[in-house]
Amino acid sequence: MADFDIFDILVGNGDEKKPVIVQGITGSYGSTHTRLMKAYGTNIAAGVTPGKGGQSFEGIPVYNDMADAVRATGAQVSGIFVPAPFFLNAAIDALDAGIKLLVAIPEHVPISDSIKVIERAKTKGARMVGPNTAGVIVPEVMKVGIMPAQPFKRGNTVVFSRSGTLMYEVSFNLSNKGYGQRLCLGIGGDPINGTNLIEAFDLVRDRPDVDSVVVVGEIGGDAEEQLADYVVHTSFSKPVVAYIAGRAAPKEKRMGHAGAIVYGNYGSAESKVTNYAKAGVPVAKRPAEVPELLAQKMRK
Amino acid sequence: MRLLEYQGKELFDQYGIRIPRSHLANTIEEAKKGAKKIGIPLVLKSQLTVGGRGKAGAILKVKSDAELEPKFNELVHKEVKGELPRGILLEEMADIKQELYLSLFLNRSKRCYSLISSAEGGVEIESASNKVVVDIPIEGLTPQVAEDTATKLGLKGNAVVAFVDLTTKLSRFASEKEAELAEINPVAILGDGSMIALDAKVIIDDNAMFRHPELKKYEHVSELERQAEVSGFSLVELDGNIAIIGNGAGLVMSTLDLVVDAGGKAGAFLDFGGRATTETIYEALRVVSQIKNVKGILVNLFGGIVRTDLVAQGLLDAYKNNVITVPVFARISGAESERARQMLRGSRAKLYNTVEEAIQAAVAEVGRK
Repeated sequence: MADFDIFDILVGNGDEKKPVIVQGITGSYGSTHTRLMKAYGTNIAAGVTPGKGGQSFEGIPVYNDMADAVRATGAQVSGIFVPAPFFLNAAIDALDAGIKLLVAIPEHVPISDSIKVIERAKTKGARMVGPNTAGVIVPEVMKVGIMPAQPFKRGNTVVFSRSGTLMYEVSFNLSNKGYGQRLCLGIGGDPINGTNLIEAFDLVRDRPDVDSVVVVGEIGGDAEEQLADYVVHTSFSKPVVAYIAGRAAPKEKRMGHAGAIVYGNYGSAESKVTNYAKAGVPVAKRPAEVPELLAQKMRK
Repeated sequence: MRLLEYQGKELFDQYGIRIPRSHLANTIEEAKKGAKKIGIPLVLKSQLTVGGRGKAGAILKVKSDAELEPKFNELVHKEVKGELPRGILLEEMADIKQELYLSLFLNRSKRCYSLISSAEGGVEIESASNKVVVDIPIEGLTPQVAEDTATKLGLKGNAVVAFVDLTTKLSRFASEKEAELAEINPVAILGDGSMIALDAKVIIDDNAMFRHPELKKYEHVSELERQAEVSGFSLVELDGNIAIIGNGAGLVMSTLDLVVDAGGKAGAFLDFGGRATTETIYEALRVVSQIKNVKGILVNLFGGIVRTDLVAQGLLDAYKNNVITVPVFARISGAESERARQMLRGSRAKLYNTVEEAIQAAVAEVGRK
């Protein structure tokens, strides 16, 4: 996994403005967030909307397909803002055009489509973040996603989150207590994630500019359990603090996210907390408690 | 979407998976008609989406004509985990020689299906011994893998052929209908080595439903869930008296945890998604106000692009039009919060700086009633 360097792809060796393509740039969602990403500093070099090639949006050239857009810009990063039924084609188009990092924003993507995209990405040495993610942000440099700017400050912590709003909330709390972030990445609220928690941890384990990791999870699946195992067995050395949403959720009910559902003990908050405890990862009771636990962990 | 047993079996049948002769009945007249067709003895099975039917006494054997009516009536009115049946399935009794457990489930960590089987059927799979687990691609299972699995289960002769046939059909079903789970527990092996599906537990990927108009008829949503869906909200009705509304599933789940920690009881979970406008908040309030136990509403909004004055306007409109009459406890982090505070002065909605403060106030005022 270490061969996939997300920092190099997003910001080069420091604060480079690497080109980014927006797929679905002329849609209401895509256009709104293109403006916000640009305002934040992201170098949106091109957009793609089939049938609208040759037009431009806010001075950004629009192409019919990814092959043309990549050829014109040399971009390695694409943010996908198309509705879920069009996601599969858009993602395959991007991967076949040579995109290395796909940030998949849409919610309600069918599981089998996600799996097909992940399989294709593997054969191309590429990676997907999401779907159903708020995106990725390198605070004070650039962002590809729908997150607001205010919660994030530059620093050396990393936040990985299965939930969008909790990523904002936890990052906001961290920023206020002096823990800025080098990277915040939305894993996504779906059952299948292009970049799962373990793969996300691999992205930062050897980074000298990252001194701690906060992982925001929720009920459903066994990603946290697998991560706890990984932390122990690979001797992950940076301090890790967790939060888990959904302790009070009823079983067998989907709590807003497609992936947030408990069957029996599979996916329950208790199972996750127990496994984190075995790995020495403290779990905050509420988002506001995360900075306190991180401070304790970093003092040790 | 969790299908009922008879719905899952209807689909199994279309894929050539053998099922017992059966008849769905909603009234005793229909049940009598079904009994004539199937013959007694037979089994009555309550059609529920919750598990543990057997233990709850929602599956009954009918051994004589006289038993049919009282047992049917017993099941029709029997609630299991708060759920009333949507029909009673009458089914022939199979001549079972052996039972197997068989399921295909979407393995989230491995991003493929896992085929789980055990020569011990009819029990919960967690407690079954000698499980055989094989990972298979979402495109489906090959006959060779199915045959290897049969051998590992210790099957012999005709049963191997029947197992390969059954599992490849189940796999084709799961891939084509985009099932997150397709479980048969138990599979019965009959005297001649053939196999029959005695139960069906199927969950279809909700997000794939746009590709499956043929499954639309199985959808079963309450009027409130329908209204929520139309507005793009996620709603889960709960049994407490504080409705929780927010922008983001994780945030609302987190708020629900904090309400319960503070001694309150949640009456609804509503995530209205990314857009916090006057209209969305108004509509969200309208939806939760229809839940009968709700005595207070907790609003938790977070986001840099939320305009709190627009949200406040939605609250005022809802009170003005009598859409809501209960108090609202709100934590709204965003722009224009001073203006929002002034707008809400004198109304039954109060703004708090932190979600903890809003929850304390809500629980103190309505939560413990």
